[in-house]
Amino acid sequence: MEIGAYSFGDTQRNIDGSLRSTGESIQNLFAAIKHADEAGLDYFGVGEHHTTSMPASSPGTLIAAAAATTDRIKLGSAASIISTDDPVRVFQQFATADAISGGGRIEITAGRGSSVETFPLFGYDLGEYDELYAEKLDLLMAINNADTQNVTWSGTKRPAIADLAVVPRPLGGKLPVWVATGGNASSSARAGQMGLPVSYGIIGGEPHRFAPLAELYRRAGAQAGHSEDSLKVSVAALGLVAPTKKEALERFYPGWYNLNVEMGELRGWPAPDKRAYDAQAEAPGAYYVGSPDEVAERIVHLHGYMGHMRHFLQMDIGGLPQEHLLESITLLATEVKPRVQRLLAQK
Amino acid sequence: MDIGAQENVASRGTIGILGAGRVGTAIARLAVAAGYRVKVATSKPAADNALIIEIVTPGAVAVDAAEAAASDLVVVAIPLHKYKSLNAEALGGRIVIDAMNYWAATDGDIADFENTHLSSSEVVSAYLAGSRVVKTFNHIGYHEMEPDAAAPGTQNRRALVVAGDDESAKALVSTFIDTLGFDSLDAGELAAGRSFEPGTEIFNGRFNAAELAQELQRSLAAA
Repeated sequence: MEIGAYSFGDTQRNIDGSLRSTGESIQNLFAAIKHADEAGLDYFGVGEHHTTSMPASSPGTLIAAAAATTDRIKLGSAASIISTDDPVRVFQQFATADAISGGGRIEITAGRGSSVETFPLFGYDLGEYDELYAEKLDLLMAINNADTQNVTWSGTKRPAIADLAVVPRPLGGKLPVWVATGGNASSSARAGQMGLPVSYGIIGGEPHRFAPLAELYRRAGAQAGHSEDSLKVSVAALGLVAPTKKEALERFYPGWYNLNVEMGELRGWPAPDKRAYDAQAEAPGAYYVGSPDEVAERIVHLHGYMGHMRHFLQMDIGGLPQEHLLESITLLATEVKPRVQRLLAQK
Repeated sequence: MDIGAQENVASRGTIGILGAGRVGTAIARLAVAAGYRVKVATSKPAADNALIIEIVTPGAVAVDAAEAAASDLVVVAIPLHKYKSLNAEALGGRIVIDAMNYWAATDGDIADFENTHLSSSEVVSAYLAGSRVVKTFNHIGYHEMEPDAAAPGTQNRRALVVAGDDESAKALVSTFIDTLGFDSLDAGELAAGRSFEPGTEIFNGRFNAAELAQELQRSLAAA
């Protein structure tokens, strides 16, 4: 089981609650990725996001920089909003990072995005949400699967490409391309049919309720003739690790509160309710907040349902102090991961 | 509620569900458990959904949209911006449950719903001119439906609001809601659907029947 982290960038706050600079957020994220590599975390994903409190709008740039300064950790987007980006550009950026990394550590996760900021920002029509995603993913796969560097593709949402070079080529020939989904059944079926690994974003409810979706994914993949090892499942969730459960709950709550206030203003949600937080932070809730023992046990519990090969956490939300993020990364790598391996080996 | 615990499988009427997303499949599972014959359809041919239905809503059957539309009750749970893909003719004369929401913050602006004084279900109802539209299930999260469903008479049972212009349609929908595991409360005409749309207290909360009645009164008085 791979253990990792992901982030949309998290802008630190002043004592009065006002936001500090977005540049600082990116510097913190870069430092966290370097730290994760040194601590021995398996994976770090940068999620494309376009808000002042979460400004990691350019995963390809950050991952290329991180590729140069890390040695072992796998790096990817979590996710790239492929609907409103140009798949040629996304591929080029990640293939460039692959070359810088020495090859084999760079992945792309293609998502639709649960927020809609990118549609007006890049001039796309939300009414074409589904069509844009399907077509852009098709183009990305056409580039990645091309036998030569030259690509030929045509569609309706983007100009055609007639036998043109898309370079650099990844050192290993192709990049791993994952499909991100928040739990829509047809997304699981489609990922299985395409034979692409699937990444479930589970940010509320009870994670084990995603088990039928993982089964659907694997059955759809098997029906389409894809091998078992090509059908990988990963889980992205919220969480934070601290030396004790009490500390983890106390450290994660203010950021959770801030994020919910912000989302509430945007989407008309009610004021954050501490009881909802507490419920989600206890098994079988969706937040992996706790001591290394507890988080490891809960990851292994979910593995019994999902059979996933990677579990990675979003920890830095709502102004989490950077030192708490770094400590959580250390604990994930050095305390949670060995416990997960040991518990899985006992099964 | 323990899904699949009932022995009276398909002893009730037929529920058609348009949309196999998170809301549609959650309602489908509850309806199967409650003993309804459940037919689920999307814009795709039935065969394309067979595996999804088999695994995600066991006991329901994947059908084409026209067959689902011919059910005793038809639940519409598709992204709202696609409401005009519904076959209004096929749904003519049917009781249609509108479980959709207009939520510009997450779905973007949709002109049909922006440039009008009508509530979202009234817009849908105007399009489905021959159907008897009842608004409900829009103000409960898909991931809350199964955990919160409870047998009639359970203390503190969660309640859902219904709104619609046709009294007999509302009565049938209320019975359906009750068998699925919730109390129901009649808000009045379809226009009252505004009182439990996104951004309202009712939309954001979780209430038993008494609490919901109070909330509804407050909301209708403020309107």
